[in-house]
Amino acid sequence: MAAPPPITLSTASRSTPPPLRTPARAPSRRRLQLPRALRITILLAPAGLVVGVFLVGGVGQALAQSFGYQPFLSDWSWSADAYRALWHDPAVRASIWLTLRVAVLSTALSATFGTMAALAIHRVGRGRRIVTGLFQGNLAVPHLVGALCMSLLLAQSGLLSRLSTAIGLTASPAAFPQLTQDGFGWGIVAEYVWKETPFIGVVALAALSRGVDELDTAARMLGARPWQRARYVLVPLVTPVVAAASALVLAFAVGSYEIPSLLGRPYPATLPVVALQYYRDTDLTLRPQAMAVAVLVAAFSTVLLATYFALTSRLARRPV
Amino acid sequence: MIARRSFIVLLLAGLAIPLVPLLVWALSGQWRYPALVPQQGSLRGIRLLGAPATDAVQGVLTSTSIGVAVTVLACAIGLPAGRAIGAYRFRGRRVVQFLLLAPVIVPSIAVALGIQVFFVRYGLSDTPAGVVLVQLIPTVPYAATLLAGAFANLDLDYERQARALGAGPVRVFVSVTLPLLRPALTVTALFTFLISWSEYILTLLIGGGEVKTLPLLLFAAIGSSDRTAAAALGLLVIAPPLVLVLAASRLLADRSGAVVGLARL
Repeated sequence: MAAPPPITLSTASRSTPPPLRTPARAPSRRRLQLPRALRITILLAPAGLVVGVFLVGGVGQALAQSFGYQPFLSDWSWSADAYRALWHDPAVRASIWLTLRVAVLSTALSATFGTMAALAIHRVGRGRRIVTGLFQGNLAVPHLVGALCMSLLLAQSGLLSRLSTAIGLTASPAAFPQLTQDGFGWGIVAEYVWKETPFIGVVALAALSRGVDELDTAARMLGARPWQRARYVLVPLVTPVVAAASALVLAFAVGSYEIPSLLGRPYPATLPVVALQYYRDTDLTLRPQAMAVAVLVAAFSTVLLATYFALTSRLARRPV
Repeated sequence: MIARRSFIVLLLAGLAIPLVPLLVWALSGQWRYPALVPQQGSLRGIRLLGAPATDAVQGVLTSTSIGVAVTVLACAIGLPAGRAIGAYRFRGRRVVQFLLLAPVIVPSIAVALGIQVFFVRYGLSDTPAGVVLVQLIPTVPYAATLLAGAFANLDLDYERQARALGAGPVRVFVSVTLPLLRPALTVTALFTFLISWSEYILTLLIGGGEVKTLPLLLFAAIGSSDRTAAAALGLLVIAPPLVLVLAASRLLADRSGAVVGLARL
């Protein structure tokens, strides 16, 4: 009967669920109280307006325009031509593959490194504070600056290339492997992993700080070996949290524009870059296709959002 | 144990190393390939930030004023919503939470391309006001979600006591609710400001390149050939977030990294 506590990550650090409270049951007799439902509606209205404008105005418009609606022209008709064109568009096909490859690879690497980092430092007192501080500092760095850092580090004339020349591995910039503006998307992956590993790490550390020491100690008292404790105590505790955080990372990696546009190639480019290329094209007949690509990205993220939500609500029901 | 040590060292190195070339380029006068250190140091990059031609000073002003406006509005809108979600149990609460998270997950580019029509129609495109409004889309859900967590942990009996002692609604809010929420509100304000400070694509599409925030200037600088100028601008962009996060590190430690969770900077 009790509703689960709020399922945001931000409440995840709480060790016990709060007592259930129903403020409406304690009415003040001296003042007129609005009906409860109306009060909640009024409280939610401003935020609802923002989200509503976003849903109807943003996603709805993109959807309508992808099916042929033209807000500034009088002669338009509904059609699925844009989607048919996308299906046959080699740029889009290459883009879908590139987008998924980069997003999945970055998410998997960040989740792995982040979890490993959390497992490695969660019992180290002083080191933990330092690493957490560094993680938070890294999280505050805008992705755009991260892209600049990666290009200064990984480009063929970047710092890594200079290092490899200094130790005699390569002789010229051209001999150094192309890591930015490359066809595979290594530069993009590097930027995402650099920025998202601390995010996953910080979230996993939060999960590991909730009464884990007791469980870990109990397992040790019962004779569990270190790898058994990791396998049967720690990993099950962090898995749901890391999975939820990974969904966020994946959605971000699929939908972000500035990193692939700075560190990737114009062709093949990731879906958001293709959307903007089509949108800015002087050929206005490409507009519906730009919107169709945007809808594709949004649809993908919505699936991820549902996954995230399912995972976090399962997390909230866990008694830990 | 040694494996763990070396993993931690590697991790820290991986985190720190990408920032090294940024710092060195910002302070270098000449750094030809394949030298490992610049042939010549110089403060040209830093001086460029003050030069009128680079717009950096104007960019700081634009970014700061937009960021402050977005922070104030997002907190003001997110606070009541957070109260509704955090302090009340009602039917449809989970649907509301789901919808509130949608703008955090659905990429800005999908929203921005569609929504531009309205901003053009109401004369808001290419204006700072339009940029402030469009930046509410990623920030309000974030503020509401964070504050909902705070309200869930807040004991509303304090408010009831104040009311029983004769305090009016405004008095209760100012003297009881706000002080209790202050840590959460500080963190929320900090991160909404940081989201606004780093926002690129919404600002580009709604501001139309007319509203030149720092990320827009930085994006243009990265595309140019002057690496020293780009790196110096990069330092300017990361300095305020680093200082703010450092200043708030005690608050952040309390609430762990989960707070940072939804902020996509």
